[in-house]
Amino acid sequence: MKTEISVTINGEAHTHEVEPRLLLIHYLRDVVGLKGPHIGCETSICGACTVAVNGKAVKACTMFAVQADGAEILTVEGLAENGKLHPLQEAFWNEHALQCGFCTPGMLMTAKELLQRNPNPTEEEIRHGLEGNLCRCTGYQHIVSAVKAAAARMGG
Amino acid sequence: MQAFEYANPKTLQEALGLLGSSWGEADVLAGGTDLLGLMKEYIHTPKRVVNIKGIKELGGIEKTSAGVRIGATVTVAELLSSGLIKSQFPALIQAAQGIASMQIRNMGSIGGDLCQRPRCWYFRSGYGLLAMKDGKSLVANGENRYHAIFGRAPAYFVSASSFGPALIALGAKVKLASQSGTRELPVAEFFVAPATEDDREIALKPNEILTEILVPAETTRNATYEVRQKEALDWPLATASVALKMDGGKVRSAEIVMGHVGPTPVRAPKAARSLTGKTINETVAEKAAATAVKGARPLSQNAYKVQLAKAAVKRALLRAVS
Ligand code: FES
Ligand code: FES
Repeated sequence: MKTEISVTINGEAHTHEVEPRLLLIHYLRDVVGLKGPHIGCETSICGACTVAVNGKAVKACTMFAVQADGAEILTVEGLAENGKLHPLQEAFWNEHALQCGFCTPGMLMTAKELLQRNPNPTEEEIRHGLEGNLCRCTGYQHIVSAVKAAAARMGG
Repeated sequence: MQAFEYANPKTLQEALGLLGSSWGEADVLAGGTDLLGLMKEYIHTPKRVVNIKGIKELGGIEKTSAGVRIGATVTVAELLSSGLIKSQFPALIQAAQGIASMQIRNMGSIGGDLCQRPRCWYFRSGYGLLAMKDGKSLVANGENRYHAIFGRAPAYFVSASSFGPALIALGAKVKLASQSGTRELPVAEFFVAPATEDDREIALKPNEILTEILVPAETTRNATYEVRQKEALDWPLATASVALKMDGGKVRSAEIVMGHVGPTPVRAPKAARSLTGKTINETVAEKAAATAVKGARPLSQNAYKVQLAKAAVKRALLRAVS
């Protein structure tokens, strides 16, 4: 039996009938058509699927779409405002914090909450904060530098 | 994943009415960080999933006359930011900090931590909770490097709970509700070593919901120490939580509980008693730690965990008084 859910995604209201077993990540990618959040492992390990639900970073592969009923969701597509990149996106660009880019949407969404909680993190705090996100390409150093640069830009 | 009926009750009474009388009929969903994994692997195939996040009375952290009440759906992140918990129960904060990744801490709940199923890879691969074949445990002669060093035959998995050991050390209770009423149980009795494949590793019944955790206010010096292989997403190899009631600089009474070493959190009463009247220092902590792991019976691949559990006890004791 399908269940109706209403969510706000990147500021836009959506209502859909979904099967309860539909994962939030599949809802976002296949029903709503937002391919920014990626699927790396589908088992809570890699963090590529990270989105913000009511302002909190969560793994969209480990949540049912029905659990998000009534929530505000922000995906990587909603990070830029009025065509202007978010400081984190700019910093990832400037610091070469991606190679293949597969982990990047998840890294950005996790880093966003990290900086909200701690506007001026140390290198260790950044590494700790990103422990739920895996990158197979960069060796992490550039990602850490980018988060640091974004923190400085955002006035942390 | 197998299809299921989804229920989103707004009151506890409504939720209790939706549960089944045997396991497999219904599963309770809070953060879902464990349940979804179990369902994806067809380890749990409930006919109905009951989301309890919409039930207000199951949330919140409050001071009561007897101590602190923590609602079962309180997330790990909420616990970490609670001043009430921070000021009295560092053992809980340190256990929460060990739960890897901001995303899991944002979703995972304290009740879910207590009810999560073991991580034993035989269980997670579908061999059953006790992983028995032809009347013999596959674990005892199999891949057991992360398994129990305090096994209780036929159970050799380890309890996966991060908060269990700390809550036991603090003397906490859980409240369990069913349609016929509520009962309170010391957390120490909530964890049980199953004797048969049909048993569970917790005392919760299929028609019950864990609604809250009650931590007594008694002033203790308490701490948790976890030994882990890596900081990223994984469970610890061995942990210890301690709570010390003090007379000035001397221990009046102590509680020591080890985690991830047995099918339930493992208490070390002898080691705890040996601390009475003492001032905790390196030598005293080392001795108590050695006593705590004395009865360990490691399996073929996990003798190294005895040393880790010992280190965890020693460091938790020193952390509690630092
Ligand atoms: S796809 Fe969700 S954590 Fe990897
Ligand atoms: S840039 Fe390729 S996985 Fe991170």
